[in-house]
Amino acid sequence: MIEIKNLHATVNGTEILKGINLTVKKGEVHAIMGPNGSGKSTLSKIIAGHPAYEVTSGEILFEINGKMKNILELDPADRAKEGVFLGFQYPIEVPGVSNFTFLKESFNQICEHQGAEKLDDQAFLKLLRSKLKILEMNEAFLERSVNEGFSGGEKKKNEILQMAILNPRLSLLDETDSGLDIDALKIVAGGVNSLRSKFNATVLVTHYQRLLDYIIPDYVHVLYKGQIIKSGDKSLAHELEEKGYDWLTGEK
Amino acid sequence: MSIRPEDKLKEDYKYGFITDIETEEFPKGLSEDIVRLISSKKNEPQWLLDFRLKAYRHWETMVHPEWQYCKVPPINFQDIYYYSKPKTKKSAIGDIDEVDPELLETFAKLGIPITEQKRLMGVAVDAVFDSVSVGTTHQAELEAVGVIFCSISEAVEKHPELVKKYIGSVVPYSDNYYAALNAAVFSDGSFVYIPKGVKCPLDLSTYFRINAKESGQFERTLIIAEEGSFVNYLEGCTAPQRDENQLHAAIVELVTHENAEIKYSTVQNWYAGDKQGKGGIYNFVTKRGHCLGKNSKISWTQVEAGSAITWKYPSCVLIGEGSQGAFYSVALTNNFMQADTGTKMIHVGKNTKSTIISKGISADKSQNVYRGQVKIMPSASGARNYSQCDSMLIGDQCAANTFPYIDVKNSTAVVEHEATTSKISADQIFYLQSRGFSADKAVSLIVNGFCKDVFKTLPLEFSVEAVKLIEMKLENSVG
Repeated sequence: MIEIKNLHATVNGTEILKGINLTVKKGEVHAIMGPNGSGKSTLSKIIAGHPAYEVTSGEILFEINGKMKNILELDPADRAKEGVFLGFQYPIEVPGVSNFTFLKESFNQICEHQGAEKLDDQAFLKLLRSKLKILEMNEAFLERSVNEGFSGGEKKKNEILQMAILNPRLSLLDETDSGLDIDALKIVAGGVNSLRSKFNATVLVTHYQRLLDYIIPDYVHVLYKGQIIKSGDKSLAHELEEKGYDWLTGEK
Repeated sequence: MSIRPEDKLKEDYKYGFITDIETEEFPKGLSEDIVRLISSKKNEPQWLLDFRLKAYRHWETMVHPEWQYCKVPPINFQDIYYYSKPKTKKSAIGDIDEVDPELLETFAKLGIPITEQKRLMGVAVDAVFDSVSVGTTHQAELEAVGVIFCSISEAVEKHPELVKKYIGSVVPYSDNYYAALNAAVFSDGSFVYIPKGVKCPLDLSTYFRINAKESGQFERTLIIAEEGSFVNYLEGCTAPQRDENQLHAAIVELVTHENAEIKYSTVQNWYAGDKQGKGGIYNFVTKRGHCLGKNSKISWTQVEAGSAITWKYPSCVLIGEGSQGAFYSVALTNNFMQADTGTKMIHVGKNTKSTIISKGISADKSQNVYRGQVKIMPSASGARNYSQCDSMLIGDQCAANTFPYIDVKNSTAVVEHEATTSKISADQIFYLQSRGFSADKAVSLIVNGFCKDVFKTLPLEFSVEAVKLIEMKLENSVG
């Protein structure tokens, strides 16, 4: 599904990623862990195409129509249309634009690109309702402006709602667990799990093991100073929880 | 490959074409003779000529104001044509069947079909081309309920008593520099009279088109709503793309009697000049309404997206007890445009209310100013005002300023003022892009959201047009 090869990237001249190699296949869930400032969020933003980062070398190959294509050439909107989704750590407010309008326009333009049929208001509302239920969200949510005045938990739920609607092939979830209480965490994790299939893949970026109790990853990678210094299965996350990152970073 | 938000805001002015039509013009320049010539050309009664001459003599004693925040280059008032009228192949003007096909074509191209077969459903239109009205639709239908909707020239001829009673009663010729100029040389504009108890069955609309080179447009609009009546009035404006600046100095006067209501909406899209700031219309307009009667209402909604310089303050004088004024405004400036706009709410009567919602958007090197006055007179017990002025900046070379003047002379009044300034950030655009919106679409979505409180006060068709206009201004850009 996605193959990242020797990816180097800078922001304002400072190198943040120093040769990332990562392959994620369909049906897999990967967790990327690491201490603050290790480059985890940067990696997810670069995959989605954030303009503030400059990729200095390497490539990101993403499967489009059965072929692996370097998506670094595509702008963020085109990557989204091809099925890349970034769940933001800090979702942005868009005052005056209702969640409903935002979701519907987003959904329909992606459908249009992928050659799927667009939905009218009625049909789209039906789809929305089914997804709202999974996330235990109230319908009043739809009339509110995008993320405006939302609590931290509501913002994160709203990200997962978007993911559920847009049905991406690759979901990058950046610190989706931060700011969630345990009940909200369970609901959000349940939402993510319900969307897992053998056709899509998920990359979780997180500090803590906690989220991985609810969304069980197939692989865990530790990112430190812009490089993946260790990869393993879910037991690596438990080990990190016990021993802390020093165990690895000291080792290096 | 970073995308700057300001790159998204470029202009494509699709109304910039010129109609090739023979015109009849008076010689350039302004003098008492020109004023007399305009008046005689229109066969005006003596009282109107006197009104014009008084205004002209007063104007001569005035100096150009300088308190505005925009830079107005010196205007040579002797280098302007004050009267320019398309020569019609047939003699009569005002009757649509007799209008030059070239003119009908012009308005059709602007999306304003005025011929019988094609005219807009549910909206009566008065089409003003340079100095004259070329036709008013649906007149018979309106006459049936007693509504008068015609050009002001026609009104002077057919309803002189009404014009005489109200003209200059809201905006006296001595009000300001451009009000005096307009009173001296005004050529055409619309006249509306809604009789007692009548809810006007159609929306009324005037479309102003400047075509002639080096001419000024000085129209005058007068709307009177008698007791218990209601009218929805819409105004649109465009002009060709020319390198020289052109002056548009209009006056709009509104009067509402007891329980009457006027909703006045404007979508202003005069040519704004090119990317280097060359050319464009100077839009210097005085708009004011008198809420004379008890519980009467006037609301101004404006979408100001054109003109090199916009300088206007649609205002309400709330005289009748319990009367209400409202001002909803979106002012978008880009390139080198300048806008100094806002409102005045003068509370005279008891328990009068006013609402001000202003949204300013500036991009490129433009200047956008909100200037507003809320004045509570000693007689206005229980008066209330709520003002909200928000500015949005796109890029870092533009500027937004807010100058609120609040003057309260009655201790029972409640006046609230809120103001915010925000900037479209790269992160906001990226968020929307990552949901499949192009950068252009992202900016227009953010701006439309910002303007929502104003757009929702526009009549449906106009609000669709306003959204499209803002989108057009924001698009065609990726640079």
